[in-house]
Amino acid sequence: MSMERRDFLKSAAAASAATAIGMAVPATVEAASTAVQSDWRWDKAACRFCGTGCGIMIATKDDRIVAVKGDPLAPVNRGLNCIKGYFTAKIMYGSDRLTQPLLRMNAAGEFDKKGKFAQVSWERAFDEMAIHMKKAMNELGPTGIAMFSSGQQTAIEGHAALKLMKAGLRTNNIDPNARLCMASAVTGFMNTFGIDEPSGCYDDIELTDAVFAWGSNMAEMHPILWSRVSDRKLSNPDKVKIVVLSTYRHRTMDLADIDIVFKPNTDLAMMNYIAREIVYNHPEAIDWDFINKNIIFATGPVDIGYGLREDIHHPKYKKSELDTAAKQRSKVLTADEGVSLAYLGYKAGDTLEMKNTANPNAHWQISFDEFKKGLAPYTLDYVANVAKGDPDESIESFKAKLQGMADLYIEKKRKCLSFWTMGFNQHTRGTWVNEQAYMIHFLVGKQSKPGSGAFSLTGQPSACGTAREVGTFSHRLPSDMVVTNPKHREISEGIWKLPAGTLNPKVGSHFIQIHRDLEDGKVKFAWVSVCNPYQDSGNAEHWIHAAREMDNFIVTSEAYPGISAKVSDLILPSSMIYEKWGAYGNAERRTQHWRQQVTPVGDSMSDLWQFIEISKRFTLKEVWGAKKIPGLEGGLPDVMPAAKAMGYKETDTLYDVLFANDRAKGFAWPDPVGKGYQNTEVAGDKRNVVGSDGKVFKGYGFFVQKYLWEEYRLFGAGHGHDYADFDTYHKVRGLKWPVIDGKETSWRFNAKYDPYAKKADHGAFAFYGHAFKEIPQGNLKGVTNKELVHLENKAKIFFRPYMEPTEVPDENYDIWLCTGRVLEHWHSGTMTMRVPELYRAVPEALCYIHPKDAEKRGVKRGDMVWVESRRGKVKAHVETRGRNTPPRGLVFVPWFDEKVFINKVCLDHTCPISKQIDHKKCAVKIYKA
Amino acid sequence: MKTEPSSDRRHFLLSMARGIGLSAMGALVWSAYIGEVKAAPLVLRPPAALDEEDFIKTCIKCGLCVEACPYDTLILAKPGDNLPMGTPYFIPRSIPCHMCSDIPCVPVCPSGALKESSVTSTVSGKSILDINKSLMGLAVIDEESCIATWGIQCDACYRACPLMGKAITIEYSKNERTGKHAFLKPVVHSDQCTGCGMCEHSCVTQKAAIYILPRALAMGEVGDHYVKGWDKADEKRLEHAHIETTKTKLSEKSAVDSLNDEGGL
Repeated sequence: MSMERRDFLKSAAAASAATAIGMAVPATVEAASTAVQSDWRWDKAACRFCGTGCGIMIATKDDRIVAVKGDPLAPVNRGLNCIKGYFTAKIMYGSDRLTQPLLRMNAAGEFDKKGKFAQVSWERAFDEMAIHMKKAMNELGPTGIAMFSSGQQTAIEGHAALKLMKAGLRTNNIDPNARLCMASAVTGFMNTFGIDEPSGCYDDIELTDAVFAWGSNMAEMHPILWSRVSDRKLSNPDKVKIVVLSTYRHRTMDLADIDIVFKPNTDLAMMNYIAREIVYNHPEAIDWDFINKNIIFATGPVDIGYGLREDIHHPKYKKSELDTAAKQRSKVLTADEGVSLAYLGYKAGDTLEMKNTANPNAHWQISFDEFKKGLAPYTLDYVANVAKGDPDESIESFKAKLQGMADLYIEKKRKCLSFWTMGFNQHTRGTWVNEQAYMIHFLVGKQSKPGSGAFSLTGQPSACGTAREVGTFSHRLPSDMVVTNPKHREISEGIWKLPAGTLNPKVGSHFIQIHRDLEDGKVKFAWVSVCNPYQDSGNAEHWIHAAREMDNFIVTSEAYPGISAKVSDLILPSSMIYEKWGAYGNAERRTQHWRQQVTPVGDSMSDLWQFIEISKRFTLKEVWGAKKIPGLEGGLPDVMPAAKAMGYKETDTLYDVLFANDRAKGFAWPDPVGKGYQNTEVAGDKRNVVGSDGKVFKGYGFFVQKYLWEEYRLFGAGHGHDYADFDTYHKVRGLKWPVIDGKETSWRFNAKYDPYAKKADHGAFAFYGHAFKEIPQGNLKGVTNKELVHLENKAKIFFRPYMEPTEVPDENYDIWLCTGRVLEHWHSGTMTMRVPELYRAVPEALCYIHPKDAEKRGVKRGDMVWVESRRGKVKAHVETRGRNTPPRGLVFVPWFDEKVFINKVCLDHTCPISKQIDHKKCAVKIYKA
Repeated sequence: MKTEPSSDRRHFLLSMARGIGLSAMGALVWSAYIGEVKAAPLVLRPPAALDEEDFIKTCIKCGLCVEACPYDTLILAKPGDNLPMGTPYFIPRSIPCHMCSDIPCVPVCPSGALKESSVTSTVSGKSILDINKSLMGLAVIDEESCIATWGIQCDACYRACPLMGKAITIEYSKNERTGKHAFLKPVVHSDQCTGCGMCEHSCVTQKAAIYILPRALAMGEVGDHYVKGWDKADEKRLEHAHIETTKTKLSEKSAVDSLNDEGGL
């Protein structure tokens, strides 16, 4: 029988034995609350969560964070937050916060991959790390180690990690989870502008007349920005138009004047439709002054694969994966692709051999006529039929929407602001579709102007400020420099005071490649830092097996026991955001700094401290000799002679060279900017944590964070990436770089607002980025003239065709899977799922499915189903109502829930140019569990 | 969600009573809580429940509805709950009604205390269960405690509502203090809200700012003698419009009697 009944009878029996006249409940006397405490301290900081970058203020009392408030002085949010920011005070105090290093050990206390986690000292933790790092490096060279880095790390930590890995250990195998988030946006910027990050800023929202949300659920993912968009709409509801495009209906469509539900990947086609409308049917809308002065046209190859493994018969593939895997080598073109790729001589049914997977980003200049020719097939008829995503919507309705959208972009006096996030970036042609957004805005002269522009929205709080600007990518150096460019290496070696030849010129492994390298035994040591790669990467079963079964050593720095921690060999308890000095850079290029507010919990120490402490374990002799690099002829040179000439000794450690050098020690502590505030890394703290040398850690004694910031500034100063000095950021509510003479830049490339554009003396606009500004010439089919054109101060409009996704539904896996997020939870949920209110509001990830699709499969709302792909399966409860309503033919599952580990199901295909994984589309089947 | 099989409540109770000779004990048990037998104004009943007065007369406290609920939403009132003992109710803040489209709790009710016809619709000539017709309660919002009224971007209740966009909608208004943000405030619509409590459950404030009250408590009633001239749909009022003869203190006496009463001149 059920408990309710038994309880009832039990209490009835008990009650009958008692005297029953009125139950005397003793009145509980509540202790009268005393007068409000007045010894709270408020200090400013940035919110821990999304790329909006709201300013918050932290209230600390008795060395504990007790409350937050939105910062009323912050221009982004003026005192408001979403309900994630609202709970920032609670995120550091989950009951299972990691407080001690944990190592898998056997009964004898030796490291054992099959062992259980048990507590060890910091000293032991670093001992093991050093042993395994050196083992991997001795066996495989610098490429034998890797770091999964982060767009949620502070800029200061990012700089430290970059120095450790690239300057010290000479590996380029450091890549951030921002690779899974913004890489396509980055390559879109670099290809188009030659420099990263948006030209506009959030003020565009208050100034624009139309907002287009392409592949962005702003209402849930950038709530404060959505609040600003909503306000703009309210201020003039008839004039201001909102267009929202997605593969399923979501809450951003609540305000849409035009809501477009499209098939995965067909954003490529819709973009070309709009361009064709402009070029063929409304040529008067083209801003020829702007184009002639500032723009050239370009295109590139299409046979670039899908970012899958080159070895399509890789032994670790399951049999079920092989048909999708084979697409990396070749693909049979569909009817739709027969039209879109006809300009290259292809037709439906042809096999497209992927010949350019190794060089996907080659591109060349073409004429406007060629560009126009490429657009020819993208008529309203063709595109509507290719793109319409809701089988229950009429084609006429869909066409009207496409036309309506195009009309808004074309309307001369209408300022237009396009936003996108993961819908464009997590896309096997993500770079292309990012470029296409700029194509539209360039054609009609609506870019880099107040209220007008294509604005790539960043998801993470510091994908901009840390990953992209500091350059913690496998191919990057700070300030948009790259490892492959000898001049860039020279500059970086100069600033970091390294002997010439220290930096590794060979691009390292990107995020998914690190997973694959672990699977192949090419990487045998990986350090997970401020990210959750084992929950956030598609085709997860492969990576988990590699971590658990193979001969390697995985270290995870974490605050909570998430999935990555669980599959690791060593876990380092890491201080959280307000337990350390830090800096983030948000989506509108606003860099914000904060001070340490409280002593870290347990024995946790910051990532910065961890990077610095491990650097003490390496001498120059060990790391700066000649090193083998697979694929690099001659390997890395022995730079010890040059190092000695600079005054270094073989016995110097990387700590001496990278972190405790003379320049660093020049930054004294105490410093007025830190008066009244702690600094654990610099001075230790009251916990007297026993550190990596077995002794109580008493601090480095110099202001290491300020040093790292001031040294990092040197990279961008004078090169379009100028920042203010450290102290300034502690006074203001962030500044949008480039900061010139103390003034921030709101609209880049516009001579009226950007000192660099003005200095370029190129007219009203100067696209002064340097990357990819020397390209050959050709036509739609290829290069015809190898002579390079020089595109100083110019930007590019790309012609890119429509191509189908890698894996489409078929008779077996008959429905699309799209993944994403919900407002209540951040990323993998390690923080927000531990906040009781947020957990209660959304305790589990659901499988959002159209009621008819559910019915067809014999399931109803609340039933448990398997969501299964060629790669794996997970169970989830069915939801046929709610915040997301997919059309027939697609399901949506958010990824914040460890218990619904949807990335086991997703595919590890990427944009071949950006290497960003595509989590938005693969084929699955749904059936009752 | 649970998977236990149902069992026969009444038989167990009877056999237990017999087993320990408890007809007298039964009287003791019930009489101890005589105050709790009366209709309770604040309780939330399962979908399709009769009005509270009728409900407690009709419900035989068998617990089959509790068994049938796949979410463990329904609980039986225990002595000390200040509710009619043994009757089913729910606390949305703990577990709300999930608005199952097949309403498993209602068809199993043997007594008619949960009246299936009240949650049945006719679609294309066929009778189908329609959970959207249930009237378990009404969500009300204490605006001062609702952080959306502060400008915080929340709307967790809106996204949790099974009738999102109908029972709860979002009202946009300008935040004059910041000058560039909008308030996104939730608004409940009583003609759609079923009182399931998914909103109350998901509300992120310490004590829910949106909560379910029984409709009798939560709602006023306008009356049918006046129709909104600008709203054609409001003519629906005429269906029940009827003017009674009116009586106030002034018109208590008959006309002749009051005219012949010269007191007060």
